[in-house]
Amino acid sequence: MGVEGIGARVVRKEDKRFITGKGRYVDDIKLLGMTHAHFIRSPHAHAKVKGIDSSAALSMPGVVAVLTGQEIVDDKVGNLICGWAITSKDGSPMKMGAWPAMAPETVRFVGQAVAVVIAETKNQARDAAEAVVVNYEELTAVADVHAAIKAGAPQLHPEAPGNQVYDWVIGDEGAADAAFAKAANVVKLDVTNNRLAPNAMEPRAAIADYDAAEEHYTLYTTSQNPHVARLVLSAFYNIAPEHKLRVIAPDVGGGFGSKIFIYPEEMVALWASKKVGRPVKWTGDRTEAFLTDAHGRDHVTHAELAFDANNKITGLKVKTYANFGAYMSLFSSSVPTYLYATLLSGQYNIPAIHAEVIGVYTNTTPVDAYRGAGRPEASYLIERLMETAARQLKVDPAALRRQNFITQFPHQTPVIMAYDTGDFNASLDAAMKAIDYDGFAARKAKAKTEGKLRGIGLSCYIEACGIAPSKAVGSLGAGVGLWESAEVRVNPVGTIEVLTGSHSHGQGHETTFCQLVAERLGIPISQVSIVHGDTDKVQFGMGTYGSRSAAVGLTAILKAMEKMESKAKKIAAHALEASEGDIVIENGEFKVAGTDKAIALPMVALAAYTAHNLPDGMEPGLKESAFYDPTNFTFPAGSYICELEVDPGTGKTSFVNFVAADDFGRLINPMIVEGQVHGGLAQGIGQALLEHAIYDSNGQPITASFMDYSMPRADDLPSFNLSHTTTLCPGNPLGIKGCGEAGAIGASAAVINAITDAIGKNNLEMPATPDRVWRTIHAA
Amino acid sequence: MSTVKLTVNGKAVAVDVEDRTLLVQLLRENLNLTGTHVGCDTSQCGACVVHVDGKAVKSCTMLAGQADGANITTIEGIAKGDELHPMQAAFRDNHGLQCGYCTPGMIMSAIDIVHRHGGQLDEPTVRQELEGNICRCTGYHNIVKAVLDAAGRMKVSQAAE
Repeated sequence: MGVEGIGARVVRKEDKRFITGKGRYVDDIKLLGMTHAHFIRSPHAHAKVKGIDSSAALSMPGVVAVLTGQEIVDDKVGNLICGWAITSKDGSPMKMGAWPAMAPETVRFVGQAVAVVIAETKNQARDAAEAVVVNYEELTAVADVHAAIKAGAPQLHPEAPGNQVYDWVIGDEGAADAAFAKAANVVKLDVTNNRLAPNAMEPRAAIADYDAAEEHYTLYTTSQNPHVARLVLSAFYNIAPEHKLRVIAPDVGGGFGSKIFIYPEEMVALWASKKVGRPVKWTGDRTEAFLTDAHGRDHVTHAELAFDANNKITGLKVKTYANFGAYMSLFSSSVPTYLYATLLSGQYNIPAIHAEVIGVYTNTTPVDAYRGAGRPEASYLIERLMETAARQLKVDPAALRRQNFITQFPHQTPVIMAYDTGDFNASLDAAMKAIDYDGFAARKAKAKTEGKLRGIGLSCYIEACGIAPSKAVGSLGAGVGLWESAEVRVNPVGTIEVLTGSHSHGQGHETTFCQLVAERLGIPISQVSIVHGDTDKVQFGMGTYGSRSAAVGLTAILKAMEKMESKAKKIAAHALEASEGDIVIENGEFKVAGTDKAIALPMVALAAYTAHNLPDGMEPGLKESAFYDPTNFTFPAGSYICELEVDPGTGKTSFVNFVAADDFGRLINPMIVEGQVHGGLAQGIGQALLEHAIYDSNGQPITASFMDYSMPRADDLPSFNLSHTTTLCPGNPLGIKGCGEAGAIGASAAVINAITDAIGKNNLEMPATPDRVWRTIHAA
Repeated sequence: MSTVKLTVNGKAVAVDVEDRTLLVQLLRENLNLTGTHVGCDTSQCGACVVHVDGKAVKSCTMLAGQADGANITTIEGIAKGDELHPMQAAFRDNHGLQCGYCTPGMIMSAIDIVHRHGGQLDEPTVRQELEGNICRCTGYHNIVKAVLDAAGRMKVSQAAE
């Protein structure tokens, strides 16, 4: 490892602009003649739009236009799509209601846009929006998933009778039933996985600029995947063909999944910029984020785990109701199916699994992927089940886990996934050592003398990342391939630009991706720049989510590097009159192995571009590209242990220690990896203790601001104690598994297992607020 | 409309704004100082923190007119040329930022915290003092480290002056 190569804790290149206020986010951009959009949103969860009177608004200062849902439908802008087709157990395709970018007839959640005001300034647009009169006829709404599937419930979409999107199954029901019939013990658990609001700190924003002469659009947007946005806007929404649409995602202030999706506001801005003939900017406020950014989680599950007389797991049965909200967001259908149920085996050898997932419409904000996307729900369920089982079977929870760990790899689970490698005992050992598991009983006894209830909770998670082998996801219904592309351009002076389809919105790609180049060529990272986030610069890409940027995106860069190096070695060999096979690359030089003959990279690059003396038949230039399609998912795994105290008088939880031992395969930059884990843990702990997006029974959101939705703050969290164990991923040449989501996947079960251990009662739903914990302690 | 006269990052400016204009809007829209961010609409997140006459203030919660005559420092104004403020350097060195959106507000709040507490900072105090700044990326672990690190650096640099 060089000082800036793979494995080095290199301080981030991108930080300078962020710490000096020079980041360039969408809302920081101004275009000449730019207008401002303000959306008129439904205050009702379910209503008919009977009429929109914009006459007063149109006469107000600065108003350029008021555009309605009917107009966008009349102009044949396509309805929003869901890009992953799921088939119900009866063979029928999932049942989707139409989702126009602005509602012409019916609104189905609070915050759904019905019209937009375009004005000279943001304040003028806001003022005029107040003067637009929308006549609604309120309909009965339903927000709860169980209420929505009851006979007589309000129906959201005529296409989906009973509000059911699909009833999907996985696994072998007969085998699972047989296991339960023979079981010595059965452990049962009902679990709610609470709905969360992603809350990236930068609210979503878009600037659309239509050039009438070129019939060309430019869209600046807060996207994790600008090429996917362009693809969807072109192929499905009829905005413009791809060569007439440039999508730029500049600095993006966090995503966590919520900025994967193409939202109505981006479509409307594009459409409106052509209508009004000027650039249109929209920047959401925080309340709009709560109302319209896709939410996460929201499962209600009953699960049963069967054990034989030796405490070996023999079967798992799961039935989950997934709340999709009012419309099917872009990848929503895959989240509670192929991203959830395929991970239900956890770290355990479970011979028979059967899961049924019923997707349900309700009059709430659409739900889609949020950090972890299905895998946190699976991990929470299985780890709560294991803890419950240990209590019921009266065995140590660590020992019960060890007894059932998968130890032989590869391991084919009964739910599609083939785990390639891992060492679950190693990470559990590391976590138990870090927290002094053996000393816990004494610490608990001491805490008791101080009036505190101390608890310890384990969570041994596994996830599937590096999303994903295109052929495999295609066979499961995905509408896209999930490879990544890269291009390596060596300039004539020897500096390097790497173009990637991955998108950094906090992950530090501008540093880690350079580290690969530094490692291979022995040049400083200051000689390398990473180009991303612009469809006019980068040929194509699938973006950043699913912990895929290192495992898939960086591997694509490696493939392009290998091609470039191969050509550069030919040029060097020609110049040095040596054999290509004898050329090695060290410290920025191409050397003839075992001699002092060398030519520096800039000279090789210059030779490539002057083309005065290249090997016969070689094309000039030094630029190579690659597409990399992964061969399998990757399987990061680890053990988290939380030790905490509960004050029985108040129900308040205080952390004593939180240890995380992760196996992410090879780490490119441990400092950045640790940062990813910290952030993920905070989101997992936030789910466990604080966060809950709540609706009343009429579909009115109760938590639509930071005053009402409890975001984790610095004093809600502990410092974390991290360590790593390593099994290299055999599926990619760098051995990388991915680290972006682990914390959010593993943390919440550790917290709830610890609290329920402390209070001696097993049934406790998230978020475990002091009120809820106190009531659980004192319940009869 | 009113004319607001104030000093921003050492430079005197006079800006004509609507009376309802917030300080953050004046900074971002009139002066193009886009390092100060807006992350919420309820004075909760702290992405907009600037210094008004040396004190940390949420600029989304102050009318531009209220800042008339004030001395404002934003994230763009704390480095001395190419030399970063010790708090900026500490955020970078401790990986105290990821997406960068909350960072300017965090840094401006953190400088104020160090000034108010001098050498008396410890982890619980920093965590409590950061209550008004929300970060969704870092889990605060490295932000807390950065603030404690910078507290030491600022003491040293003050002593040197």
